[in-house]
Amino acid sequence: MLKTRVIPCLDVKDGRVVKGVNFVNLRDAGDPVECAIAYDAAGADELCFLDITASHEERGLLFDAVQRTAEACFMPLTVGGGVRTLDDIRNLLLAGADKASIMTAAVHDRDFVRRGAEKFGSQCIVVAIDAKNVAAGRWEIFTHGGRRPTGIDAVEYAKEVTALGAGEILLTSMDRDGAKSGFDIELTRTIADAVSIPVIASGGVGTLEHLVEGVRDGHASAVLAASIFHFGEFTIGGAKDYMAKAGLPMRLDRPAF
Amino acid sequence: MNVAIIDYGSGNLHSAAKAFERAARESGIDAAISVTADAEAVRRADRVVLPGVGAFADCRRGLLEIEGMAEALEDAVRKGGAPFLGICVGMQLLAERGLEHGDTPGLGWIGGAVVPIQPSDPKLKIPHMGWNNLDLNRPHPVLEGIATGRDGLNAYFVHSYHLLASNPDDVIATTEYGGPLTAMVGRDTIVGVQFHPEKSQSMGLRLISNFLRWRP
Repeated sequence: MLKTRVIPCLDVKDGRVVKGVNFVNLRDAGDPVECAIAYDAAGADELCFLDITASHEERGLLFDAVQRTAEACFMPLTVGGGVRTLDDIRNLLLAGADKASIMTAAVHDRDFVRRGAEKFGSQCIVVAIDAKNVAAGRWEIFTHGGRRPTGIDAVEYAKEVTALGAGEILLTSMDRDGAKSGFDIELTRTIADAVSIPVIASGGVGTLEHLVEGVRDGHASAVLAASIFHFGEFTIGGAKDYMAKAGLPMRLDRPAF
Repeated sequence: MNVAIIDYGSGNLHSAAKAFERAARESGIDAAISVTADAEAVRRADRVVLPGVGAFADCRRGLLEIEGMAEALEDAVRKGGAPFLGICVGMQLLAERGLEHGDTPGLGWIGGAVVPIQPSDPKLKIPHMGWNNLDLNRPHPVLEGIATGRDGLNAYFVHSYHLLASNPDDVIATTEYGGPLTAMVGRDTIVGVQFHPEKSQSMGLRLISNFLRWRP
């Protein structure tokens, strides 16, 4: 049976993890490789890096971080943030990322999704959607960290990028992001039910029950969270045990070596 | 032992090579792992690994574009008996034909075709993406120490097509996703896995180490 994935997301700036991971004693909590190894050992099902480097010149530091992580951790790695061209995707995949997450570039040029999927395969194209509730049952895509409206309907957009070859959707509710009040379940379910590809729910997790709700009620295939894991509030293992007890299929493997 | 991971332009093989190096080191196997596009290196290899991501037809084209590679594979594996591991599309290429983007011939080492996943439950998402356990049809040395079945270990899958083998004896393991999907095939010195051992954490490293130790 396919398991529900739990994906911790790390913000990376100039090749360093911002805020770090505080649930284990790391020599260097800002080192992406050390953080990735800690999450690998904790049972994370995938790992996500969100690059928040401001200048394009510093991208080399990100590629170096991705490469060192891929050499040390044998788990799927998604990298997003500033992915604008086919070369950006190629460089991430060559550094060792398994999937590239694209957001603003796809909003401005829908065909970028199709070109990326044709060139590298749908399995490595994640489309990130930042959505805000603008009316009952209606959500709009926002860019620039939720500050800039686009007028694009999130559900229609999700269907469109699916048809263009996206392999997965990373859906963040900008109303809930950082609020710790739970995922926007109606948004998650509306989009998950509207598309044939997996949806990762993101934005708003404050409790372990929120993770369960995202999958059971929101129909997400995976849940992504950052702060609740980084600060040791909850462990990945604790989250997966909780979700398993709630009846969700989880990977609770003991190491085979 | 020389292990050749065939590089035919299908994705980054650096982390795959690192996984093989780690598995060899952890199980004390003296192995030289090389990522190569050289047919002669494949012909001389003690073990051959064919990875692959993307579409069947593209991968097939990339493989055939390397001069002498098809013959080298025949010589090393089918005539020479070198153990062979196909991964993801590298496993699918073992089939007689693939139906992704047209009808493309494969290596034909395993009878059958690569067909779209059609789960009985239409709510199930395509691709089949994430961690799933294996259901064993028959034991195989490459799965030694890897628990299968409902409470068994999980492997990382990401695919929209799977190999429907014409001979059920060639199917070593399946995985359940609205019906059984082919997860592992094998015959003689050949095995192929639909999942990604190089992305399957300790389960994958164990499988790679089993493959390196396997003496068919």
